[in-house]
Amino acid sequence: MSKQPGVLAIGFTRGALEIKQFIRQRESVVFTLLFPILLLLIFGAVFKDEIAPEVTFSQYFVAGMIASGLVNTGFQQLAITIPMERDDGTLKRLRGTPAPTASYFIGKVILVFVSMFVQVALLLAFGVALYGISLPTTPERWLTFTWVMLLGIGSSTILGIAFSVVPKSGRGASAVVSPIVIILQFFSGVFFVFTQLPTWMQNVAALFPLKWLTQGMRSVFLPDSFATQEVAQSWEHGKTALILTAWLIAGFFIAIKTFRWERS
Amino acid sequence: MTNAISVRGLVKSYGPSKKAGQRIHAVRGIDLEVHTGEIFALLGPNGAGKTSTIEILEGYRSRDSGELRVLGEDPATTNLPLWRNRVGIVLQSTKDGADLSVQEILAHFAQYYSNPRDVDEVIESVGLQEKRHARGEHLSGGQRRRLDVALGIIGNPELLFLDEPTTGFDPEARRSFWELIRTLRSAGTTILMSTHYLDEAEALADRVAVMNHGVIVDCATPDRLGGRDRERVNIRWRESGSLHQELTDTPTEFLRALSARISGEIPELSVSRPSLEEIYLQMIGGQE
Repeated sequence: MSKQPGVLAIGFTRGALEIKQFIRQRESVVFTLLFPILLLLIFGAVFKDEIAPEVTFSQYFVAGMIASGLVNTGFQQLAITIPMERDDGTLKRLRGTPAPTASYFIGKVILVFVSMFVQVALLLAFGVALYGISLPTTPERWLTFTWVMLLGIGSSTILGIAFSVVPKSGRGASAVVSPIVIILQFFSGVFFVFTQLPTWMQNVAALFPLKWLTQGMRSVFLPDSFATQEVAQSWEHGKTALILTAWLIAGFFIAIKTFRWERS
Repeated sequence: MTNAISVRGLVKSYGPSKKAGQRIHAVRGIDLEVHTGEIFALLGPNGAGKTSTIEILEGYRSRDSGELRVLGEDPATTNLPLWRNRVGIVLQSTKDGADLSVQEILAHFAQYYSNPRDVDEVIESVGLQEKRHARGEHLSGGQRRRLDVALGIIGNPELLFLDEPTTGFDPEARRSFWELIRTLRSAGTTILMSTHYLDEAEALADRVAVMNHGVIVDCATPDRLGGRDRERVNIRWRESGSLHQELTDTPTEFLRALSARISGEIPELSVSRPSLEEIYLQMIGGQE
């Protein structure tokens, strides 16, 4: 008898299957990939002013849209689809096979990673073509982009898995999850310039990952001169990495501890 | 004879607190042995504790107390992935995999196991050749169930659990499903199934246990369940223009006398023991 496939091998298989299933659900493909572009078109049409020298609102908004794309694609999508998978028996069936729990999680991370990659590529392509969004030019900035993306994908995915125990059923999941995401988007400086928000809103937002993801993305897409206009007058890279990592680790342990395979 | 499953004093209750009266005692101390290579059927009405028992044996649920060995391991403490590599589980109806074809789902699940069966061979054995490329959402209820069984056996299990496998089948589909299950047994797979259908248990099972209110009422071969072999025999015939009926412990003697009395063929003669269903209903009714 040959050896049993490992956690990673099954994880990658699951990732491929997740992507295949995702592509076949046309509505979710359209929503995930085109919605950010649609928002960019709307906000680009409404706000045409510069919010600082050489910083258009669109440029500011693209950073926020990539950050909130991480939250939509990871946290929101998973916290809604996992309860559905619990309802339709996907999870119970998986639980009855030799596939380890970690492989299921790895499959989700791969799904989020791939859909984020496509989403960001499309968003930037549209942004550059229609609104003259300028892309980062230095390797340092691309490095920042990479670690913020990776920490964002990791923490958003794992928190979506952790939060999936909250909705009682797949049908009600969207009503529980979506308001949280929308409020976070308003509080975290996605739709508005963060420093123009009331201080209490800024303080609440600072507890959650999205504010740090938007700020991290601004440090990639906005000139360094803009850093002085942030709350702390700097990009706060160290603090950003720390807070995102803390959420990632906390989310991982909560997910492992509380994950439910069946409706109770 | 080795046992694929052995259970001693299994107890499981659910409920909000340990307070008496508030908890539901789903399984109240059962003993069970399933021999390697046999088909064992668990019968019982809804709420009898069948699914609780099976899900504990499958490693889905914890138990309150009792000794348990499934393929030599205790599902509660064993290395689950290694153990599940040897076990196949067919749950009650699921709706997963709607966006994937039969072929894709099976090829995917085959990758979880160390020694999977050939995907095409499994598709053929459950009779889904025509539906190989059909997506889960386009399968009928019976086809869906066949896919469930295919997923249960793709890992080439030593032990297969079937929870009410033919609910919702038409009679023809059930017959061919039974053939499939028999084929699996002759290939050496041990099968533990639960079912509502007595004819199914009678047609398939080597041994049957009847569960009610969390206990096993009786466990025997289908022809001996509930003392069926010792029950009085019902003899009917027509004599002098009217139908007669006799319940007797000595049918042979009675028939000898009858045939001496009536010359030639005895009109409309029937000799029957109580059906499994009658015995079963007596057993269940006696528990109320």
